[in-house]
Amino acid sequence: MLTHGHALIEGMASGALLKLTEPLSLWGGVDLETGRIVDATHPQRGAVLANRLLALPGSRGSSSSSSALVELARTRRAPAGVITTRSDPILTIGALVADYLYGAAIPILIVSDEDYGKLECGGTGHLWCETDRAVLTIPGHEPVQFSNPAG
Amino acid sequence: MKLEPIDDALLAGEHGAAAARAMAFLVRYGAACGADRFIDIESAHIDGCLYHGPSSIDFARHFVDLGGKVRVPTTLNVAAVDVTHPGWHCGPPEIIAQQETLTRLHEQLGCLPTLTCAPYQRMARPRRGEHVAWAESNAIVFINSVLGARTDRYGDFTDLCAALTGRVPLAGLHRDEARRPEILLELPSVRAAGLPRDLYFAAIGYVVGRRAPGMVPYLRGLPLDASEDELKALGATGASSGALALFHAEGVTPEAAAMPTEGVKIEVIAPTEPAAAIASLCSAVEGEVVAAVCLGTPHYSIREFAQLNRAVEGRRRSPETEVYVSTSREIAAAVAANPAFDALRAFGVNMIVDTCTYLAPVVRQTSGLILTTSGKYAHYGPGNLGRRVALMTLERCIRSAETGAVATPC
Repeated sequence: MLTHGHALIEGMASGALLKLTEPLSLWGGVDLETGRIVDATHPQRGAVLANRLLALPGSRGSSSSSSALVELARTRRAPAGVITTRSDPILTIGALVADYLYGAAIPILIVSDEDYGKLECGGTGHLWCETDRAVLTIPGHEPVQFSNPAG
Repeated sequence: MKLEPIDDALLAGEHGAAAARAMAFLVRYGAACGADRFIDIESAHIDGCLYHGPSSIDFARHFVDLGGKVRVPTTLNVAAVDVTHPGWHCGPPEIIAQQETLTRLHEQLGCLPTLTCAPYQRMARPRRGEHVAWAESNAIVFINSVLGARTDRYGDFTDLCAALTGRVPLAGLHRDEARRPEILLELPSVRAAGLPRDLYFAAIGYVVGRRAPGMVPYLRGLPLDASEDELKALGATGASSGALALFHAEGVTPEAAAMPTEGVKIEVIAPTEPAAAIASLCSAVEGEVVAAVCLGTPHYSIREFAQLNRAVEGRRRSPETEVYVSTSREIAAAVAANPAFDALRAFGVNMIVDTCTYLAPVVRQTSGLILTTSGKYAHYGPGNLGRRVALMTLERCIRSAETGAVATPC
């Protein structure tokens, strides 16, 4: 499966895809000691973000979520990469600071709502985020076609 | 993104390495916001001074090491602990030293250690139309709505970068278009809602936050004599329940009269909704043991201390029930120095500064309810503290504190 989008934060990452079905506030919604979702009202409560490709259908709530992302990155419990549907300034500044302070690159890919809906949990995905080419591949479906950049 | 000469100069390090680093972050942040240029700001209010973990210190220290200094007047939001009353702190002891380090680093960058979530009450009141970069959700909604200043919803890291450069991307609530109402809410009056006035504003805030999530609402029917403290309560509660960052209230807030409402979707708030919101935040049962009454979320004003002082005149709290009021050092000092507030002291009120009792655990009894008049406290307190919290009128809080058990509704 190949999903085109555009890169909010550049970089490359691999990991098992964790797809959330509702927005999540990283501050207050995630235990920073373990990287586990603790928001009692969240459908994916109990899932662990660390080193996963986190598919996030929008963020919710606190502007301290940027601090939460950086604190997770400091202890190597941040997601390996993020796939989301809207340009998100709070995640952007968190990812930039995480990279700058701790060398923890967290690429962020923006995809359409339609493509987000087609993502399926489970497989190990590869995220390739560059300004002119930003794709998520989940092997076992179809190969990456390097001749056809994102439109 | 079109950069002006000052932006290029900042990026090139002509105003120091710290400003260059901060500007590089802001350019990327601005692109994510969809901004096409930068504007000057007149002041900043920093939320990143609240200790979240070692990364909070690493970020601030990096700019200190680069020789950074803020380029606009900058105030600090609350901290994680009241360092002036270390004996009250019931959380991890090491946080006191960590918070002191973080506050000192911000002072080295030139920030004023105001350590309050409501600097707009007395010391820092942005003027109407002025662009600023403020963090802390209650302060954002207050200065946008009640003072008519312009800030977007800033948060950790971005706030300090704005202060170190004096620039922000022209995005969000800095823009005229984004300040226009997206929904018109017709509110029930205090009488129709059937609520005591001191719960009405928190209730309306809670309902508005839920009914207009992430939107700018135009409120019709708010009492025309709403005080700043009442609008503070409305905004803080709406910012908790639904990210409210700007509201217009007809006949009350400064920008309302100029706002176009034609064609804006109208929704009517049923008279029962505010009381239902209060009921959802008050699960107290009469006679239940009360561990503490916590007031001052956001930080209490002098006028609120005067109301409390009148309400507790000639009364005493139960030795089993603690009473805390969160406020700024500046207002606490004014109250402490004034004999007119002796009734507070006789009642047994503790003034806690620099922080808020929903962040900093101070209540000694580990069981029992915490009572509050604050919708924001009732929303966040249970998750932050792992305690049961109940929202009620000031008079009922005081009567409960006198006996140590939840009193009947007033």
